[in-house]
Amino acid sequence: MYDFEYVKPGSLDAAKSAIAGAEDGKLMAGGMTLIPTLKQRLASPSDVVDLGGLGDLAGIRKDGNSIVIGAMTRHAEVAASADVKAAIPALADLAEGIGDPQVRNRGTIGGSIANNDPAADYPAALVALGATVRTTKRELAAEDFFTGMFETALEDDEIITEVVFPTAEKAAYAKFPNPASRYAIVGVFVAKGGDGVKVAVTGAGPAVFRVAEMETALSGNFSADALQGISVSADDLNSDIHAGADYRAHLVGVMAQRAVKAAG
Amino acid sequence: MTEQGIGASVLRKEDFRFVRGRGKYTDDINLLNQTHAIIVRSPHAHAAINSIDKAAALAAPGVVAVLTAEDFAAFGGLPCGWQVIGKGEEPMIEPKHPILAEGKVRHVGDPVAVVIAETKTQARDAAELVDIDYTELPAVIDMREALQNAPAAVHDEAADNQCFDWEIGDRAVVDAAFEKAHHVTSLELINNRLVPNAMEPRCAIGDYDNASGEHTLYTTSQNPHVIRLLMGAFVLQIPEHKLRIYAPDVGGGFGSKIYHYAEEAIMTVAAKVLERPVKWTSDRTEAFLSDAHARDHVTKVELALDADGKFLALREFTLANMGAYLSTFAPSIPTYLHATLLAGQYTTPVIYAEVKAAFTNTVPVDAYRGAGRPEATYLLERIVDKAAAEMGIDRIELRRKNFIQPDQFPYDTPVALTYDTGDFEATLTPALAASKWDSFEERRKEAAQRGKLRGIGISCYIEACGIAPSNIAGALGARAGLYESATVRVNPTGSIQVLTGSHSHGQGHETSFAQIVADKLGMDVANIEIVHGDTNKIPFGMGTYGSRSMAVGGVALSNATDKIINKATKIAAHLMEASAEDVVFEDGIFKVAGTDKAVPFGDVALTAYVPHNYPLEELEPGLEETSFYDPKNFTFPSGSHICEVEIDPGTGELEIVAMHATDDFGNVINPMIVEGQVHGGLVQGIGQALFENAAYDSNGQLLSGSYMDYCMPRADDVPSFTVDHEVTACTHNVLGVKGCGEAGAIGSPPAVINAIVDALRDYGVTHIDMPATPAKIWNIVNQGATAQAAE
Repeated sequence: MYDFEYVKPGSLDAAKSAIAGAEDGKLMAGGMTLIPTLKQRLASPSDVVDLGGLGDLAGIRKDGNSIVIGAMTRHAEVAASADVKAAIPALADLAEGIGDPQVRNRGTIGGSIANNDPAADYPAALVALGATVRTTKRELAAEDFFTGMFETALEDDEIITEVVFPTAEKAAYAKFPNPASRYAIVGVFVAKGGDGVKVAVTGAGPAVFRVAEMETALSGNFSADALQGISVSADDLNSDIHAGADYRAHLVGVMAQRAVKAAG
Repeated sequence: MTEQGIGASVLRKEDFRFVRGRGKYTDDINLLNQTHAIIVRSPHAHAAINSIDKAAALAAPGVVAVLTAEDFAAFGGLPCGWQVIGKGEEPMIEPKHPILAEGKVRHVGDPVAVVIAETKTQARDAAELVDIDYTELPAVIDMREALQNAPAAVHDEAADNQCFDWEIGDRAVVDAAFEKAHHVTSLELINNRLVPNAMEPRCAIGDYDNASGEHTLYTTSQNPHVIRLLMGAFVLQIPEHKLRIYAPDVGGGFGSKIYHYAEEAIMTVAAKVLERPVKWTSDRTEAFLSDAHARDHVTKVELALDADGKFLALREFTLANMGAYLSTFAPSIPTYLHATLLAGQYTTPVIYAEVKAAFTNTVPVDAYRGAGRPEATYLLERIVDKAAAEMGIDRIELRRKNFIQPDQFPYDTPVALTYDTGDFEATLTPALAASKWDSFEERRKEAAQRGKLRGIGISCYIEACGIAPSNIAGALGARAGLYESATVRVNPTGSIQVLTGSHSHGQGHETSFAQIVADKLGMDVANIEIVHGDTNKIPFGMGTYGSRSMAVGGVALSNATDKIINKATKIAAHLMEASAEDVVFEDGIFKVAGTDKAVPFGDVALTAYVPHNYPLEELEPGLEETSFYDPKNFTFPSGSHICEVEIDPGTGELEIVAMHATDDFGNVINPMIVEGQVHGGLVQGIGQALFENAAYDSNGQLLSGSYMDYCMPRADDVPSFTVDHEVTACTHNVLGVKGCGEAGAIGSPPAVINAIVDALRDYGVTHIDMPATPAKIWNIVNQGATAQAAE
């Protein structure tokens, strides 16, 4: 890696001023993407602001009908959380399936959604559950937060503080992992909540997206059968050595059905 | 069998250090005043080097040298250790493999310059400042294209990109047999290109003592003496007595650490130029781009059968990718280690193989676990299954019908080998029983009720190990001998050091070799130290590959131990005032038969070194013996591997629900270690069948150049294996051993693919290329379903 200034602020205010004052700073949460990128010299930030000292940003709490997860909460903590398991078991399942034990014990929800890898798992959960992303500057609906491949609405000096997940009546996540990386080739999160049914897809396209036709069908009849015959166009989907766009399009249907079945 | 002798599952002595992270690998070695090297590698598959400007790199902080091809002008290229002679006595084209690129780069990762600095980071920073001006040339990637209408020549010496066009067998005779056949089965298949991926990346440290003039190279090698010979004699002209090669603990090789690599020569030369140690450690990306790759065949195979299903003839036409340069043993892999195995377990009377080897702008290809035999076994066991399906003959019955029978050994195959022994029914029957082959259809039906496609597949393999008799290998083009040496040094107080030319890099030699000595001398393995890897300690060695360590190195060790017993018997006879003929050696004690006279081995050892009461007029003092063993033949492990899979037709997802191996490795020294070797081999074979693929784009960039895209098999990808073994002892070595290191990777790929084809039979599937990924399976199922719907 190239040289950079490393700072580990002890407070959110200090973190805000550190990132605001850096010439080309980069926030680091778990570092699960950033550190390999640095090691391969694919990034050369002037400053790395390590959020690992911000204990206030880690933790899970119930807030009325919502589960609030601090940005620095590790995937393993979400997977093991009794509150999450009771309120939104699908979210705990999703966290349990991210990466490998090392990644789950280092990687954070805030880091994952800020990176917005097109094959990451969390974006599908946020969109399908209608989550809200709280930052040092504002609150953003999940759908407004994820703007494109590796792109979010975050400003350079904006730090995610927590994610608010409304509980859902029914929810499940089904993932078809890339055999090599175990990221999602296709992951579908299905949720039936206060504002209806949402079907959010990760891995298949440049960024998380919803499938309106499936949502309509499921609104009338929340069953896997309702999804029969609904196909997703392969036109804008990803294609690589592991899976072509046609295969991904097909898998969206299969994973959606699996998720609906699992949601019960 | 004693508690720690031959046949006992003694726990691995070396694991005491390995499982605690106390192994000492090359990268763990750091020398005083050491510098660090970074290799500047080609980003292009094929390009002319117009100029290299070192100035900025040389001016960078901490940089002590920047070396390019001109600094190696006095030295030779990296040699190829095997010369293949093609059709019409035409020798293979053997272009120079320069240490650093000379005027051209020929694959992404080709080393162009080396930057040496005080720290690794400084070297890495400066490496980015080496200004190389390239003119890109058209890249030759696909070997079919390379040999037909290539956009360029990889080497001027081979305008048509052909390295050799080799054949074995009489084509006219084989073609005539095909003319008379009742049925001909044809199959086109690809043996996918693999990246070896040893856990420990390669590493090399050069050191030079200007007082003694001695070079030392610490390196990750499976065969340090071979490196000393190749690099010393053929590349750098350093005599053996001034060149020490030390390969300490090595974290896996699988073949990829047999070869002499450029970095070894670079570090050796640089250390002398700088008069400072120079260290280079590959990172994983570099490993993908510079460790020799594996397999990479495109094959057409045909089998001729009579109306009863007897095999009449087999012919194979294969294109083999050599990559950009000839790696150390590359030409031997698709030829003598491949086509000579085409008889398999069968009595096929005539066989012809044609192998055309191509140069391409890809990483060089060489041996990898199995080396040529997996490719042979794969095509053979695939086409036997296909023939059975086409002729409506049960696939087990078809194999049995064509098995070489136990009373036919020694058996001369039509492809140059003589199998000394074997009993194929003896491994087939228990394998079928263990895998519940006969009740499979019930499981298929049960799976179908769950919407799953279940299939079962078998592979009956034979392979050639223990390479090899030197005279035969020499006649076939090997430029080295293939014996092994062992020295047994009995110390004055009776402890033992074994100096072996075999190298252990995961195989457990420190335990299994000690068991041979323990068995013969009746002592505890704790008293026996296996020393390997250092050319200054070991008399000589050809190293570890081709499952040869036990069958060649172990036999040398056994012979050396016999020499010790022979000499010790004479000393004991003297001590007991008896005739040597009357002395027997049992459980570590020399006795005079029929008397109560006895001398323990330790007393004899001490006497040998304190020869106060010693037959000095007949015997020299000391107790150390060396044996060089050159085998009479290859050894021929064989067996049956059975795989059962379940496929979700909706997604192509596949689960291996069961995998069984019954192998015949001859006598087994340590069953636990052998079982571990089989497990590892099976996983690598499954890796090839289902997951692994070195994919290049048309520009020669390696698409699967990291673990994000190159899929290694993981523990949760494989079932809990069941393995067992049957024994027909090798007839031509004293231990009766055959070798077990590669069998898992040789036998398993066709068993897996045969199981998949069996599962997909109703979709009209007759073949699927490796790796059979979910996407590929889904596509084939989907197309099959579409085709069925259209009918």
